[in-house]
Amino acid sequence: MPVCYNQTFRLNLESSFKKALTFIFYFNQNKGGKLKRRDFIHLSGLGLGAMMLPGLAFGKEVSPEELMNPGLHAAAKKELADVALQAARAKGATYTDVRIGRYLRQFLFTREKNVQNITNAESFGVGIRVIADGTWGFAATDDVTKEGIAKAAETAVAIAKANARLQKEPVELAPVQGVGEVNWKTEIEKNAFEIPVKDKIDLLLKANNAAMDNGAAFVTSNLFMVNEQKYFASTDGSYIDQDIHRIWPTFSVTAVDREAGVFKTRDSLSAPMGMGYEYLDGLASEKTEGPAGSNLVSYRNSYDIVEDATAAAKHATEKLKAKSVNPGKYDLVLDPDHLGLTIHESVGHPLELDRVLGYEANYAGTSFATLDKWKSGDFKYGSDIVNIVADRTQDHSLGKVAFDDEGVEAKEWDLIKDGVLVNYQAIRDQAHIIDEPESHGCCYADNWNSVQFQRMPNVSLRPGEDKLSSNDMIKDVENGIYIVGRGSYSIDQQRYNFQFGGQLFYEIKNGEITGMLNDVAYQSNTQEFWNSCVQICDKDDYRLFGTFFDGKGQPSQVSAVSHGSSTTRFNGVNVINTGRNI
Amino acid sequence: MAVLTREEAKQIIDKVLSFATADETDVRISGGKTGNIRYARSTVNTSGESNELNLAITSVYGKRSGSTTINELDDESLKKAVERAEEIAKLAPENPEYMPMLGPQEYADSRTFSESTDKIDPEFRAKAAADSIEPTSANQLTAAGYLEDYSGFSAFGNSKGNFGYNQSTSVDFSVTVRTEDGTGSGYAIRDFNDVSLLDSGSVTNIAVQKAQASRNAQAIEPGKYTVILEPTAASDLLRLISRSMDARSADEGRSFLSKKGGGTRLGEKLFDERVNIYSDPTHPDIPSTPWTGEGMPRERTQWVENGVVKNMYYSRYWAEKQGVEPVAPPSGIIIEGGDKSLEDMIRSTDRGILVTRFWYIRAVDPQTLLYTGLTRDGTFYIENGEIKFPVKNFRFNESPIIMLNNIEELGQQQRVSGSMIPAMKIRDFTFTSLSDAV
Repeated sequence: MPVCYNQTFRLNLESSFKKALTFIFYFNQNKGGKLKRRDFIHLSGLGLGAMMLPGLAFGKEVSPEELMNPGLHAAAKKELADVALQAARAKGATYTDVRIGRYLRQFLFTREKNVQNITNAESFGVGIRVIADGTWGFAATDDVTKEGIAKAAETAVAIAKANARLQKEPVELAPVQGVGEVNWKTEIEKNAFEIPVKDKIDLLLKANNAAMDNGAAFVTSNLFMVNEQKYFASTDGSYIDQDIHRIWPTFSVTAVDREAGVFKTRDSLSAPMGMGYEYLDGLASEKTEGPAGSNLVSYRNSYDIVEDATAAAKHATEKLKAKSVNPGKYDLVLDPDHLGLTIHESVGHPLELDRVLGYEANYAGTSFATLDKWKSGDFKYGSDIVNIVADRTQDHSLGKVAFDDEGVEAKEWDLIKDGVLVNYQAIRDQAHIIDEPESHGCCYADNWNSVQFQRMPNVSLRPGEDKLSSNDMIKDVENGIYIVGRGSYSIDQQRYNFQFGGQLFYEIKNGEITGMLNDVAYQSNTQEFWNSCVQICDKDDYRLFGTFFDGKGQPSQVSAVSHGSSTTRFNGVNVINTGRNI
Repeated sequence: MAVLTREEAKQIIDKVLSFATADETDVRISGGKTGNIRYARSTVNTSGESNELNLAITSVYGKRSGSTTINELDDESLKKAVERAEEIAKLAPENPEYMPMLGPQEYADSRTFSESTDKIDPEFRAKAAADSIEPTSANQLTAAGYLEDYSGFSAFGNSKGNFGYNQSTSVDFSVTVRTEDGTGSGYAIRDFNDVSLLDSGSVTNIAVQKAQASRNAQAIEPGKYTVILEPTAASDLLRLISRSMDARSADEGRSFLSKKGGGTRLGEKLFDERVNIYSDPTHPDIPSTPWTGEGMPRERTQWVENGVVKNMYYSRYWAEKQGVEPVAPPSGIIIEGGDKSLEDMIRSTDRGILVTRFWYIRAVDPQTLLYTGLTRDGTFYIENGEIKFPVKNFRFNESPIIMLNNIEELGQQQRVSGSMIPAMKIRDFTFTSLSDAV
């Protein structure tokens, strides 16, 4: 389903809110220590109703200090988990897994010189999944006591047995070797929750000021921080304690020409990352200059939000006067911060095995990449140079973990090899359908109270082997457009036909960037598009794109995923003009 | 005790207010039951039910505010929560846009609650799913559907004497039916406050007919076509307008309602004169909560009259700054329609496309409200007043502003997603490419 930005992000928050109402009830009021002024900034700008909503959407509103509380010790969690495993077995479960989850979120929202909202939320509870009579059952509780957990385990078994009447074939799980007691943490240098809220707000307001000083009429900036403390135990003999961190700084700048009645926006070129606050250090070593004539700076594993906001204001102002594109066929040179979304929609989603099988038919849809195409062994998804891999192992990526939410070790595997479709994304109960001996390790639940299911791992385009920079790539393009940033995106329910916009569009004439364009969107068909891929820059140009709020399932769950790529050229793609008069 | 009565809610709110010492205090309680059932490949995958109750307190000193949430309603817990909200408020920075709380307001009596929806239990959900799967079992079809129901209440009160209480129910049902060979797909969706209006079997039959009739669709050239949009399809695009009628954005020069050279287009005729759009929380088919998050009463409000923009919504802050009365944003909207049935509209069409629904709609240009997306689950070619054959799905690039200037005919209304939307016949609708998706 869609990645969610801008207006769609709001919708997702609303639907998360509706869902979140179902578990808000379970949380006890924090009885934490006294607050200090320097650590706390609260709300401005929104009405009462609006300001209460975001915190509720993700759990219980807590103090920023509470987000630094380490939570239950692993030994205590093991004891609780064993209660569930035993209780379920006693009721007849043949398999059980337990997830004790503490999900912490701090979201900051600003507009121009004002703080609009700060939300600190905690969600803590246990989800128990069992197989009984060959059927899945799931139950969750916020009552994290031995009694509460045993009761939930029994409920899960009762649900499994009730559903077994409707089951056509018993669940078949790919084997997993138990790993005993292990733990893993995202490698971070600075825990974002330990940075005082004031410092984070100051940085956002500084970025806003930079934008306003450079011609922006309006600017909003946000900082999203997530910490998932997840303890997994299963009857396979695994006790896995993981501490996962993610961060996403982002903004949107608007420039307005009131006389002409025109406004243009430019969003940040950051990526959400599996990193700590060090992502905002803005290290020079992680910056790369864009191709000649573009006046662009790109960021790899360190982001300079103030510099980017300054550039954004200038870009938005330049867009006000940029010429409208002539529709037609162009060679497209796509920046990683743009191409990541195209990969997400046209490769990531169609290769989710549950979609292929029809489980998402009533919502996001099914897939053109049917099993017969995969079985043929020669379905040309893309040109020979297209190699797309799935993984949960890339450093700094949103998908990186040691184990997934059913205790399977993270790994990397090929989806498209030399242009040919070779595999899907499958979890333990799907592996047998595609003759895989083991799960791919891409099972995920967005909370303790939601059931884990197949979610997209990182899906990335491998860089080219020959030395090639984006500047060199553009030198060979006669009539093209260089596209940067995530814009409007839309794709059909089987992932054939898509249309993508971007943040910035540069005209390329005879090997040179000649200026900015407006009203650009390209339309293509997934297979045709990937077969028009003719050149990929090398690993020095490789960067991660990501999304924090990828939605799937009913009721909808969100997940975070990264997509790596280098600047890539696609020949002869259809570009339309999206300008209209109303 | 997930659902409190008006008296119970008032009592708790008054108790919280009696503990408060801040300049202003606002208390909100909400709670209820949510249940769902999901099926795919004609088998139930998940079902569940949960209860919640939540109380939120906002304390304000001057222009500093703080809030906290709890779910324990004993005196001790409530006292501590009040203290905490007040502590948070004292430490908060001033909000330059803060508006003092509202005193007593008159709220409309909105019939949002239904006994029958309140009574939904797991068995009811299982039966609704079975009724939906049944019509597909014999015909080489497969059903995937989702039903979600809610019954609950929300209440609020503040230290200025304002109080509101509302009990509401809702049910949302959607189903996709596909032919087993994957060449046909149909969809139907309904939402109600009162579940006795929902028959999941007959709704599924619509999806069945569409799935069977859409098999082996033919490709026709993209381009400008006259389209008949079923209410679901019309709603997909038209509700985007109601979300974009914020006065502040218009005044700031970044809305389709901004005027060249400054100011707004309030009072201008932007649409065909047959376009009348209003909202009304007491509408019998789409009753909604009679207040906004700011506690502003929702009243019958005319947004567009005979094609002229009559109102934009103003937050209390923005209204004060602009020296006008605040206008509450709508919950659902009502677009006035006509008497014609879908069949009548097809019969009077020489050449056109019938659209069941749109999918993956995304903004392309916020300046013109240009959107892109695709048709899905039942798209048909009409010639000489008859449906001739199914056609492959199209991608469109179109603005609802342009659509509402190209009206041929407005048909009967149907409730869609909390709004009343007519079927619409629109000329020169822009399809820009074909899709192979079924």
